Amino acid sequence: MKFSKNTKITVKLLALAASMLVFAIFVMPPLYDAFCEITGLNGKTGGRYVAVPAAIDESRTITVQFVASNNDNMPWKFSPSVRSVDVHPGEAADTVFHAFNPTKKDMIGQAIPSLVPFKAAEFFHKTECFCFNQQVLKAGEEAKLALRFIVDPDIPENVNTITLSYTLFDVTGRISKNIDKNNTESAREG
Amino acid sequence: MAHGPQPGLKRWLYTTNHKDIGTLYLWFSFAMFFLGGCMALIIRAELFEPGLQIVQPEFFNQMTTMHGLIMVFGAVMPAFVGLANWMIPMMIGAPDMALPRMNNWSFWILPFGFAMLASTLFMEGGAPNFGWTFYAPLSTEYAPPSVTFFIFSVHILGASSIMGAINIIATILNMRAPGMTLMKMPLFVWTWLITAYLLIAVMPVLAGVVTMMLMDIHFGTSFFSAAGGGDPVLFQHVFWFFGHPEVYIMILPAFGIISAIIPTFARKPLFGYSSMVYATAAIAFLSLIVWAHHMFTVGMPIAGELFFMYATMLISVPTGVKIFNWVSTMFKGSMTFETPMLFAIAFIILFAIGGFSGLMLAIAPADFQYHDTYFVVAHFHYVLVPGAIFSITAGVYYWLPKWTGNMYNETMGKVHFWMAFVGLNLTFFPMHFVGLAGMPRRIPDYALQFADFNQMASMGAFLFGAAQVVFLFNVVRTVMGGKKASEQVWENPQGLEWTVPSPAPYHTFSTPPILR
Repeated sequence: MKFSKNTKITVKLLALAASMLVFAIFVMPPLYDAFCEITGLNGKTGGRYVAVPAAIDESRTITVQFVASNNDNMPWKFSPSVRSVDVHPGEAADTVFHAFNPTKKDMIGQAIPSLVPFKAAEFFHKTECFCFNQQVLKAGEEAKLALRFIVDPDIPENVNTITLSYTLFDVTGRISKNIDKNNTESAREG
Repeated sequence: MAHGPQPGLKRWLYTTNHKDIGTLYLWFSFAMFFLGGCMALIIRAELFEPGLQIVQPEFFNQMTTMHGLIMVFGAVMPAFVGLANWMIPMMIGAPDMALPRMNNWSFWILPFGFAMLASTLFMEGGAPNFGWTFYAPLSTEYAPPSVTFFIFSVHILGASSIMGAINIIATILNMRAPGMTLMKMPLFVWTWLITAYLLIAVMPVLAGVVTMMLMDIHFGTSFFSAAGGGDPVLFQHVFWFFGHPEVYIMILPAFGIISAIIPTFARKPLFGYSSMVYATAAIAFLSLIVWAHHMFTVGMPIAGELFFMYATMLISVPTGVKIFNWVSTMFKGSMTFETPMLFAIAFIILFAIGGFSGLMLAIAPADFQYHDTYFVVAHFHYVLVPGAIFSITAGVYYWLPKWTGNMYNETMGKVHFWMAFVGLNLTFFPMHFVGLAGMPRRIPDYALQFADFNQMASMGAFLFGAAQVVFLFNVVRTVMGGKKASEQVWENPQGLEWTVPSPAPYHTFSTPPILR
């Protein structure tokens, strides 16, 4: 079968439009994440880091400050146990954050890290972090949330202070939404 | 062979005629222009005085959002598509558009899309209230329930635009009369060809971004939700990847219209035709790589800020080429000042002002002061109202005698022009000052010291609105009757559209014209 000139160009242009749609939904978000990870844009820190033996650079001291805040209407009490620690690059350090659920219901929280200056983001490694998991706190329960990190010895010369901030999100609804929906639907049916 | 339109309403529902569809697009856009205009007047009435008088802040936010959406997607874009439908086949000597049935469809889904969008005003929780840029999480986590209708309506508008663009490209590439080479095409055809490619490149991105919103809202994904590992800033990148080319989609066809009108009334051929074509292509290319200048304040690395700053400033070079060419066309011409020419000259002057404030905004360090103030509002209204709206108006006055066979009323046209010109400057010029002084955009109330300039702006807005009523009256009267127009209408205008009778017969160029 022979296609007319108009059919050919229509098919080509539709294919272009479809590929731009795929580009927007399936390529741009991963591309953006990869870009952020490489450049430290938005202070996005990486995932779990497997510690490699490295010499501790005792000539330098980096102050790591901790900030904890709650997103929107998150009712938990959330705070770092210390405001800041001084570490040498290459040395592993531990700290804990406190979280307390003062409400009368069981909730799930998720902490999202962000770090300034951005250029330090790729040199800040977390070997253990509560932000890797969601935190389940029953009504009135409290917890100590552990963080273990290493500042990379390759961190740029002019960085002396790093501020690590955690924002705590209430993800109870997001997680249990589907369960609730099923419950109400079956309740309605019943 | 020669058969006319079907009688009655069926003509408009079933039509595949490019002139009918062009007319439908133009009237639809005119209706949306008035709807969006009424919303603007509600905004300006509320801002006439500090404090809350007329509307509540929630409704005010819905008005700013709907005004933007309706003007961009309902008034400006369909008007340009309408002009393309009417003029492109006649300008290139084609009997009709390449894909007439798709043409019918791409128009007729529009009213449904906008009915869906407008119906959100009557829904529980109100219409979308997050601004026409619908930044997440305002448009996801904090959005009214009607946001889902907004998303589907954007899908429909996007589908309509993509089909329209495909049709225009197929028409221009496949349907030109023998001898009509690409570099002989009128600039309106050229600018539309480039615009259509931009549309196909970025409208799917808009559809993608609203689809991601839909999934975040209803299907538990976290593209833009930080709680689930997503990033709201990603929304801004994807949106402006669409949004910046979109502003050129709304201005490139305008360049084509102005390039048709200036030579006619200066009685000189257009200066620098080929440089106009290359400048248009250069602007279209640059528009794809400057999006982040809308988001200098989100926290970008300095290299990013510098790249987007310089790339943005680079756009002023091809734009300057165009302004230079129009002025050179007028230089030493035998100019007369009929209504289309008045609008075209006002376009050049006022669009240049909007371009200059755009350059100010492009300076990344200065943008931190201007960001989200009324200075931005002044800037984009200076490029869109005298840019898109004035050029469409100029085009309508220029080609209306060809469409209807009747001359419009010149006096009324001039009254329309001067009311619109004064009203526009009175409305938007003071906004530069209140913006520089720190008045934020999208607020229903403001500090007392901004009252004088805001009162001027509100009075200007109502004058501008009244001018458009004069326009509507003039158009309706011309359609009904009036002095008969000749085939040429103007004095020796260039282009194939002036070789057919006025009004243009239902079918033109059924046999291709012979080009000199």
